[in-house]
Amino acid sequence: MPITRAEVRHIAKLANLEFGEEDQERFTRQLGAILDHVAQLNRLDTQDVEPTSHAGGGAPVLRDDALSASLDRDAAMANAPESGRGLFKVPRVIG
Amino acid sequence: MSDPTRTGVRALRDRIAAGEVSAADVVASHLKRIADVDSRIGAFVRVNEAEALETAASIDRDRTAGRALGPLAGVPIAIKDVLCTRGLATGCGSRILERFVPPFDATCVARLRAAGAVLLGKTNMDEFAMGSSTENSSCQVTRNPWDPERVPGGSSGGSAAAVAADEVPAALGTDTGGSIRQPAALCGVVGMKPTYGRVSRYGLVAFASSLDQVGPFGNSVEDVAEVLHVIAGHDARDATSARQPVPDYPAATRRGARGLRIGVPREYFPEEMDGEVSTAVRGALAAAGRLGATVEEISLPHTEYAIPTYYVLATAEASSNLARYDGVRYGSRAKDTPDLASMYVASRSHGFGAEVKRRIMLGTYVLSSGYYDAYYLKAQKVRTLIRRDFEAAFERVDAIVTPTSPTAAFRIGEKVDDPLAMYLSDIFTVTVNLAGLPGLSMPCGLTRDRLPIGLQIVGRPFDEETVLRLAAALEPEIGFRAKRPRLPEEATMAAAR
Repeated sequence: MPITRAEVRHIAKLANLEFGEEDQERFTRQLGAILDHVAQLNRLDTQDVEPTSHAGGGAPVLRDDALSASLDRDAAMANAPESGRGLFKVPRVIG
Repeated sequence: MSDPTRTGVRALRDRIAAGEVSAADVVASHLKRIADVDSRIGAFVRVNEAEALETAASIDRDRTAGRALGPLAGVPIAIKDVLCTRGLATGCGSRILERFVPPFDATCVARLRAAGAVLLGKTNMDEFAMGSSTENSSCQVTRNPWDPERVPGGSSGGSAAAVAADEVPAALGTDTGGSIRQPAALCGVVGMKPTYGRVSRYGLVAFASSLDQVGPFGNSVEDVAEVLHVIAGHDARDATSARQPVPDYPAATRRGARGLRIGVPREYFPEEMDGEVSTAVRGALAAAGRLGATVEEISLPHTEYAIPTYYVLATAEASSNLARYDGVRYGSRAKDTPDLASMYVASRSHGFGAEVKRRIMLGTYVLSSGYYDAYYLKAQKVRTLIRRDFEAAFERVDAIVTPTSPTAAFRIGEKVDDPLAMYLSDIFTVTVNLAGLPGLSMPCGLTRDRLPIGLQIVGRPFDEETVLRLAAALEPEIGFRAKRPRLPEEATMAAAR
């Protein structure tokens, strides 16, 4: 298998996700099958090929750096699960 | 006038403008159609009834007062639930966003409103646009109007099904690897993914930012051209939005196919493909020949590498984009967690569905230390090879024609436990996103089981005109428009007669 269960646990940690035993098992199997499929890219010699990060040709189009109105703070924060006094509230950071 | 739910975008606009029918009546007819059929289709996750009726009434007042009307005045439109709509919840088919109400409109939505379009509601989709069947939705199952046991395709399955079932004359979807074209094919409607950069992505909830693009669905090529014309064009709020002028797309649909050079890539007709699909596409190509286009075989040699390339790049970008869902600024938050770090983990693990987690995991893996060069950089290089295949082909031909999907609609549940099989249903569409090209799917026939078959037309960057021109010329030759799905109850009633 191209990916082990220990790697799946490590990747889950990096991605801020957690899985039970059964899901770890299933994801190891499914990700393994997908990575096996991806391995066919190794058949191609890409030594001298430039990578494409973006389909849009040329440089990004930038706007002028000018002041303009934006969303007001209350509207921007209205979807927060918990907020107050213009701040987002979260559980304690250091346990 | 005739039934507004069987009338196209342009005719509705013209008749409303001429006062032959009121916008209020048009909107009421479509709301009634939704009330009558959507319990059996499940296309809509939210119907915007009160606001739609209000907008229609104000358009009627404008007309009576002699004020100028926009190019889509009074035309009902449905919006995929991944596009932000001010004041109207936008959930992306995900539990994590089930209570999210955007404080702003996506640019494409704002342009539709400014053109007088009436937002009828939000449509179902695979969670965060990840899927090919609309089964990965936290909201509901959407059924294919041609056969309720089958999927509508995905991820924009709700928008495609709503148009196919005549609930709306047009809808917006988004397409990262085929999510407009594949459901258009499976539901027997027209759907277009414009060139990357043609339509602003501002307010489109990001999946894979280098591939995502917004585009229209309609029951005809002309309807798609009318909507595209309104949403296309530069937007200062999206740095990848192109400063290309927007040509007159509706006019392009009236130019005929004479003199066009069409390329048919041999890699898109594998021997193991469903014979009914290739026969229907070949039939349309023969029609193109009769219309004065030339048809030649071409090769896009790196096609077989497109799916692995796509799933590395799209998941890498997704893992980064979806890191923002942490239960702090918006979205649902897990309760009673002891500290911030466990709140992140619990909110995400509860809020995301299985396919989204699978893709975040794959994307995190291919970007992780030690694997970046082997997977992510490698895939970016193969993306260059795929792009060059198209560049070489477009030196010889003006448009490329392929099947949209290797099969007609598959059964609900058939592929949910086999992610790789699901991914392979996008085998003919992902190349177009990787190369950033415009692509359109239109119906080109029915299988023996009365399921629609889709044909894909691909053009040069920013040459949507040629794609629309060829599609519109083929449309009457194919003669699909008169064919409509019979919804379950209608079918039962017909059988009882």
